[in-house]
Amino acid sequence: MPERFDAIVVGAGPAGNAAALTLAEAGVSVLLLERGEYPGSKNVQGAIMYADQLQALIPDFRDDAPLERHIVEQRIWMLDDSAHVGTHYRSDGFNEELPNRYTIIRAQFDKWFAKKVQAAGALLICETTVTELLKDGDRVVGVRTDRAGGDIHADVVILADGVNALVAQRSGLRDELKPDNVALAVKEMHFLPEEVIQQRFNIGENEGVVIEAAGTITDGMLGTGFIYTNRESLSVGIGCLVSDFAASKTRPYDLLERFKQHPSIRPLLAGSEVKEYAAHLIPEGGYRAVPKVFGDGWLMAGDAGQFVNSLHREGSNMAMTTGRIAAETVIDLKREGKPMNGRNLSLYRKRLEDSYVMKDLRKYRDLPQVLHRNKQFVTTYPKLLAGAADTWFRVDGVDKRSKERQIVRSFLKGRSLRGLVGDALRLARAVR
Amino acid sequence: MPDAKRPTPARPGAAGRSKELPEHLKAYKGVWVFVELERGQVHPVSWELIGEGRKLADTLGVEVGAVVLGPPAGRVGAVAAEAAHYGADVAYVIESPVLADYRTVPFTEALTDLVNTFKPEILLLGATTLGRDLAGSVATTLATGLTADCTALAIDLETRSMASTRPTFGGSLLCTIHTLNFRPQMATVRPRVMEMPAPDPARQIRVVAHHLDMAEDDIVTKVLDFIPDSDQDKARLAFADVVVAGGLGLGGPENFALVKDLASVLGAEYGGSRPLVQKGWITADRQIGQTGKTIRPKLYIAAGISGAVQHRVGTEGADVIVAINTDAKAPIFEFATYAIVGDALTILPALTEAFARRLGAQRAVAAE
Amino acid sequence: MHIVVCIKQVPDSAQIRIHPVTNTIMRQGVPTIINPFDLFALEEALALRDRFGGTVTVITMGPPMADAALRKALSFGADRAILLTDRLFAGSDTLATSYVLSSAIARIGQETPVDMVFTGKQTIDGDTAQVGPGIAVRLGLNQLTYVERIVELDPSLRRIVVHRRAEGGVQVLETRLPCLITMLEGTNHIRFAGMDDMFRAARAEIATWGAAEAGVDEPGRCGLRGSPTVVKKVFAPTPRTEKATPIETSGKSPQEIADAAIDVIFAAKPSLRSEMAGRRQAG
Ligand SMILES: Cc1cc2nc3c(=O)[nH]c(=O)nc-3n(C[C@H](O)[C@H](O)[C@H](O)COP(=O)(O)OP(=O)(O)OC[C@H]3O[C@@H](n4cnc5c(N)ncnc54)[C@H](O)[C@@H]3O)c2cc1C
Ligand SMILES: Cc1cc2nc3c(=O)[nH]c(=O)nc-3n(C[C@H](O)[C@H](O)[C@H](O)COP(=O)(O)OP(=O)(O)OC[C@H]3O[C@@H](n4cnc5c(N)ncnc54)[C@H](O)[C@@H]3O)c2cc1C
Ligand SMILES: Nc1ncnc2c1ncn2[C@@H]1O[C@H](COP(=O)(O)O)[C@@H](O)[C@H]1O
Repeated sequence: MPERFDAIVVGAGPAGNAAALTLAEAGVSVLLLERGEYPGSKNVQGAIMYADQLQALIPDFRDDAPLERHIVEQRIWMLDDSAHVGTHYRSDGFNEELPNRYTIIRAQFDKWFAKKVQAAGALLICETTVTELLKDGDRVVGVRTDRAGGDIHADVVILADGVNALVAQRSGLRDELKPDNVALAVKEMHFLPEEVIQQRFNIGENEGVVIEAAGTITDGMLGTGFIYTNRESLSVGIGCLVSDFAASKTRPYDLLERFKQHPSIRPLLAGSEVKEYAAHLIPEGGYRAVPKVFGDGWLMAGDAGQFVNSLHREGSNMAMTTGRIAAETVIDLKREGKPMNGRNLSLYRKRLEDSYVMKDLRKYRDLPQVLHRNKQFVTTYPKLLAGAADTWFRVDGVDKRSKERQIVRSFLKGRSLRGLVGDALRLARAVR
Repeated sequence: MPDAKRPTPARPGAAGRSKELPEHLKAYKGVWVFVELERGQVHPVSWELIGEGRKLADTLGVEVGAVVLGPPAGRVGAVAAEAAHYGADVAYVIESPVLADYRTVPFTEALTDLVNTFKPEILLLGATTLGRDLAGSVATTLATGLTADCTALAIDLETRSMASTRPTFGGSLLCTIHTLNFRPQMATVRPRVMEMPAPDPARQIRVVAHHLDMAEDDIVTKVLDFIPDSDQDKARLAFADVVVAGGLGLGGPENFALVKDLASVLGAEYGGSRPLVQKGWITADRQIGQTGKTIRPKLYIAAGISGAVQHRVGTEGADVIVAINTDAKAPIFEFATYAIVGDALTILPALTEAFARRLGAQRAVAAE
Repeated sequence: MHIVVCIKQVPDSAQIRIHPVTNTIMRQGVPTIINPFDLFALEEALALRDRFGGTVTVITMGPPMADAALRKALSFGADRAILLTDRLFAGSDTLATSYVLSSAIARIGQETPVDMVFTGKQTIDGDTAQVGPGIAVRLGLNQLTYVERIVELDPSLRRIVVHRRAEGGVQVLETRLPCLITMLEGTNHIRFAGMDDMFRAARAEIATWGAAEAGVDEPGRCGLRGSPTVVKKVFAPTPRTEKATPIETSGKSPQEIADAAIDVIFAAKPSLRSEMAGRRQAG
C-alpha cells in the first residue's frame, strides 16, 4: 500500500521548508523530501538571510537560528585591474533590536529550518531523490523517488527543488534553463579567527559586512564578486552568466582566483584557511524567465520558478515567500474543499502578482537584456571611474579645474557623449 | 574515546585523580614489551618497542622486560635471547601448547597472569591486529588505562607516569594521555613509528619462566587454518626503503601502471591513497595512510595525491618526499620535500626513463 | 537470531578544522556521521538477519543528538534502536565506554538473549579499536576481531567460522555463539534502503536509556570518573617549517624535470644511488 499525503514538498531549501512549515502548521499532512544527506548539505555555504520573510514564518527565529552576523555595513565596489571606487553605507541603525539582514551558513541554517518543520508535524525524509512526477493523465498525483518502492501519492506536489528544477523538466512542466538566464557562482569559505575578521572589517562582535564588487574582474562578462563576513569565516565568490562563461571559455575557478588576487581584495583574505569550494547556479532571467508555476496537482516555488531578484541579490527571501504563498493556496483550497486542479491553483500565481515578488521582478524585467547587450557597464565604466578617482585624489600640482576637464575628457573618449547619455537612460529605464 | 574528554588537569581529591600513586600500586615496577611471535616470526614492531621501552626504563631507572609467549619446543627461548640484543634485561616466558596460534583467550590469560604476578608499571604492545586485539582484552581484564596507536612516549617524572601522545580526530590533532591511578599503564604503538634499535649481540637475557594453567579443552575458539597472503611481497610496503605511490590524480586504473613501472626500476614498493583501494585499482594492503600502512622509507614519491591529513600521517616519517601534482596548492606540498608541479602522466614515465638510464650508468660504473 | 550492533556518531573528520589561534577543534558546523567502520558491522548484521531471521538492535552511547545516527541505522533496516545517554557517561574513555555498552547489552539480553554483538573495527575519532574487545571481555563473549568474512554460521549448532585478518595472512577461526565480531572495513557495502524503511525510520520513536535503564549499577565506573586515562593536552601537529622546494617545471620538458628531480634526490640522499642500483641488479 503506497504512502499517501495531502501534500508532498520536493526539496528542503528555503522554499520547500517554508512551504512544508506553513502546511504542517495548518494541520495538512505533508511529506518533505530532500536528496541531500540533510537539508543544506547540498547547498552553497554562506549567504545573506533577510529577516523579514523568515519572521513571517518563524516569529522568534532569532532565539535559536544559526545566525552568523547581522549586517551593519554594505560596500559596493567598482574594481578595475588595480583599484576600486566604491560606496559604503554603514549605520548604527542596523544594530537595531531586530536586525534586518544576517549572514548565515546554509548548511546549518537549512538544517535548523527543517527541524522547525519537523517539529510542526511534517515528515522529513532525506537522502531520497525525486526522479519524476507520478501522473494520471495530465494530473500530477504524486512522486517517484530513487528508492525501491518509492512511489508516494499526494493531492498536490510543491516543487521546490532549486534552480535546475530537474523534476519539472523531466516531467515536461518546464523547459531547460537557458544559459543567458542563469549565472554560475563559484564560492569558497575562508576561515579566519573571529577577532581578525572583526579587526579587518572594522566591526564589533556580532556585526557583519557585505562587499559586492563589479568591474573588470569579470573579464567583460556580466557578473559580480562578493565577500560576506560570517562569524569565523568569509564567504568569497564570484558569479557570471553561464552564456558568458561559455562564450569566453573562462574557467570560473580562474576568475575566482583572479578576484582573490585583486589588490583591493587580497589583504582582506590574507592568512585565511580555505576550506570548501562550491559552484552553484543562480537564476537571473528575471520576470520574463518565470515559467508556468502551477498546473493540475502541482505548484512551483523558489529558484525552481526563477524567483530571484539578481540586482538586489534576493533569492532566499523570495523562495520563502513563494513557498509560503504556495502552501497558503493549498490550505485555502483544501479548506474550501476544492480540488487541486490547475484552474484552482492558478490562485497562486495571482497572489504572487500581488506580492513584492512579482512586483519587484516586473520592475527590473528589462535589466537582464539591457546589461547583456551593454557590456560597457562591466568593462569601460570601472576603468573610467577608477581613472577619474585617481586623477581627482592625486595631488600633483595640477589645478582642480584641469582635473575636472581631464576626467570629463576621459569619459567622452572612453564612451562618447551619446554612449554616456544612452547608458544612463538604458539603466534608468531598466531599473525604473 | 579519550577524545571525548576535555584536556582536564588532574583534579586532586576527585576519585581516581590524585597525583600521589596509591600505596598498592607503588609495587608496580619495570617497562614491559609484549613480543609478538607468530608462526615462528617476531613482528619487527616488538624490537622497535624494546628500543623505545629501553629509553623509558632508563628514565625511570628500571628494567625492560620482554614477554614471550609460544608453544613448547618452539622459538620462545631463542626469541627471548634475541630480545636482549635490542635492549631487554629480562624475559618473562610461558610455553604452552595453547599458545601455539594467537587466540584472544589464552593470550589474555597468560599476559594478565604475568602482569598480576610480576607487576610492571608500563606495558607496551604493537598496534597490529594481534596487539590491538590482545591489548583491548587485557586492559579490560585488568581494568586499567590503554592508549592506542601512540606516536610518542615519554615519562613525566613528577607523577612517574607515562605521557602517551597519539593522533586524534583523524590525525588533525595530537593529544597526550596519562594513566594516573592505575597500573600498568598500557599503550599500543604502530609499526614503523619508533626507530629500530641497532642490535647488540653481546647482551644477555635473564629468563623468568612462568606456567599457564590452561588446557585446550578450556578454550572455545579453535584455529582451523592459516591462509598466508598469496602475494609474497605484500607485507613489505611498510618496511620498504623506497615507495612510489599514486592517487586519484592518475585519472584511471590503466595509468597506475606508470607507478608500478617506476617502482620496478627503483626496486621500490608501490602503494596508493585510499580512494584507489575503494575503486579497486589496488588492493587494500597497498593503502598508505592512517587507515592503511605507515611507511618510513628513505624516499617516497607521491604522484597525483592531494595529501589529505589521513594520507599525511602515514607518510610523514619518510626522509625525502617528492610530490608530483598539477595543483600548486595541493596540501601535499605542505609536507613534501620537493614539489613538482606538473602532470604525473608525463613526469612518471620521464622519471622511469631517467632513473633507468642513470642507475644503469651507475651499475656500469660499479662494474668497472 | 538476536544481533546487537554498536555504532558511534562521530564528527566527519574530513571536515574538522583546527582553530588557528587556540588550537582547539572547531566543532561548529562540522557534520556528524555514523562512524564509517560501523557501517560494515551494521550491514553484516542485517545480512545475517535477512538470511536467518531475527532482529537487529542498534545501540549507541552518546549525547542526545546521537539519535540521528540511530535513525539512520533504522533506515538501513535495523529493527530497533536504543540511545544510551546520561550526563554520567560524559567523558568516558574506552574502558568506561565498554562498561556502559556491555551493561546495556546485558540488559537487552534479559528481554531477548543476544546471540551476536557487532562493532566496527575502530572509530575515526577515538580510533582505538579497544571498545569491541572490551565489551567481549566484560560479557564473556567469544571475541573475533578484524573479521573479513563470515564463512559459516549455524545458529542451531551455535557454531561460527570466520576469516580473521592477521599479519601476513588470514586466520580461519571457529567458535561458538554468543560471540562478538569487529568487522573489517571494505568487507561489504551498506545497502540503499527501500522507501518503506525510510518511512519507518522517519516515524520511529527512539528509546532513550539513562544510567539506570542501561543497568549501569556503578556510576563510578563510567564517565570521567570511571576512566583511567586522562587527556592532559590536545595540540596541533607542528607544521613543517619549510615548504617543499619547488623543482622548476615551466618551459621544461618532462625529461629535463625528471633529471632535475633525480639530481636533488641524490644530492639529499647520496646513499640511495648505490642502494637502488644494487636492488636493481639483484631484482
Ligand atoms: C553563490 C550564491 C550566493 C547567494 N547569495 C544569496 C544571498 O546572499 N541572499 C539570498 O537571499 N539569496 C542568495 N542566493 C540565492 C539563494 O541561495 C536561492 O535563491 C535560494 O536558495 C532558493 O531556495 P530554494 O529553496 O528555491 O532552492 P535551494 O536552496 O536550491 O533548495 C533546493 C533543495 O532541493 C533539493 N533537491 C533538488 N532536487 C531534488 C530532488 N529531485 N529530490 C529531492 N530533493 C531535491 C536540494 O538538495 C536542495 O536542498 C545565492 C545563491 C548563490 C548560488
Ligand atoms: C576515516 C578516514 C580515513 C582515511 N584514511 C586514509 C588513508 O589511510 N590513506 C589515504 O590515502 N586516504 C585516507 N582517507 C581519505 C583522505 O581523506 C583523502 O580523501 C584521500 O587521501 C585522497 O586521495 P587522493 O589524494 O588520491 O585523491 P584527491 O584528493 O582527489 O587528489 C587527487 C590529486 O591529484 C592531483 N592531480 C590531478 N590530475 C593530476 C595529474 N595529471 N598529475 C598530477 N596530479 C594530478 C589533484 O590536483 C589532486 O591534488 C581517509 C579518510 C577518512 C575519512
Ligand atoms: N560511544 C559508543 N557507542 C556505541 N558504540 C561504540 C561507542 N564507542 C565505540 N563503539 C564501538 O566500538 C568500536 C571501536 O571503537 P573505538 O575503540 O573507539 O575505536 C566502534 O567501531 C563502535 O562499534
